[in-house]
Amino acid sequence: MSNRPELLAPPEIFYDDSEARKYTSSSRIIDIQAKLSERALELLALPEDGIPRLLLDIGCGSGLSGETLTENGHQWIGLDISQSMLNIALEREVEGDLLLGDMGQGIALRPGVIDGAISISAVQWLCNADKSSHEPKLRLKAFFGSLYRCLARGARAVFQVYPENIAQRELILRSAMHAGFAGGVVIDYPHRYARPLFRNLMMGFSGLMRRCSEILFVVYKVFAWL
Amino acid sequence: MRLFTHNMLSSNIKGVANGFPLRIEVEQVLEKQVDFNPDFLKNLFPKLEWKALVDAARTMGYAELPEEADSLMLESEEFLRKFHHALLELHLEEGALVCPETGRKFPVNKGIPNMLLHEDEVPDLACNQVLCPTICERYGKVD
Repeated sequence: MSNRPELLAPPEIFYDDSEARKYTSSSRIIDIQAKLSERALELLALPEDGIPRLLLDIGCGSGLSGETLTENGHQWIGLDISQSMLNIALEREVEGDLLLGDMGQGIALRPGVIDGAISISAVQWLCNADKSSHEPKLRLKAFFGSLYRCLARGARAVFQVYPENIAQRELILRSAMHAGFAGGVVIDYPHRYARPLFRNLMMGFSGLMRRCSEILFVVYKVFAWL
Repeated sequence: MRLFTHNMLSSNIKGVANGFPLRIEVEQVLEKQVDFNPDFLKNLFPKLEWKALVDAARTMGYAELPEEADSLMLESEEFLRKFHHALLELHLEEGALVCPETGRKFPVNKGIPNMLLHEDEVPDLACNQVLCPTICERYGKVD
């Protein structure tokens, strides 16, 4: 039996009212989300000119990661498929604009308008086929293709993902490359540190996701020749 | 939802060629004060579709924006203040966004547009003609 939430139910079902609240009231999760978001923002490598940028937070959930963007002075648009998570974001009065949407259907934004995108612990959900009509490869393609289009030239997207295995990681990477992204993988936490970290993270979480063994940052920068 | 988001959103329903701008149907507008930051406005200005912003602001009850704008106007504080108000302080709290081509409504509740597509509205994922040959060659074909 699996203990990864991705394998239990689709995200809009898994993160129901009670799960969304649990997620957002755990101080460990809040702390880890903040650290991951700060790292993601750092890897976005925005110019250090003090100008607030328009950023996209994909799978923004209850707005924990968006808060980091706000603290750093940026405006952001957050996208999430779970109404329960977004309701908590509203309760917490986050400063970004929220959209209820499915990244696997493509991001409905005009071309070239977003200065940078971050996504914390969300993209691995695309690797599941939750409905008969879901084909992970196509959903990844729709996601990365539309993201590529809406980013400004030279903008970056930073993903922190929990791939289940190497094959899944390769699938995510290949889909991104195929959409036109270039970039690389940054693994901040060596394997042996990741496990205790996740055990901590998951203690208030009935052991879910204990199998996660990797924290992975992927940085993509738009090809110079485009 | 504020108007900078509206100005970026575009309907991506299958078969829609030009899903921008989404028409706004207003039930309730809220105003919330936001710190004035001219740098953000100047940075965002070139990416905005000005006419869409003017029309959207008017729909939301704010008619102070000039019909046309160019980057020289960004030197005027008076202009920037109006721009700031329209872009960042008006919230569509309840209402809908309407696809200009199909008339499909995306409801907005508690300030959140519901952009979820029905199964039959999800666009087909044809290969990107320009990118495909090069990238398939380089990274292997995905599908």
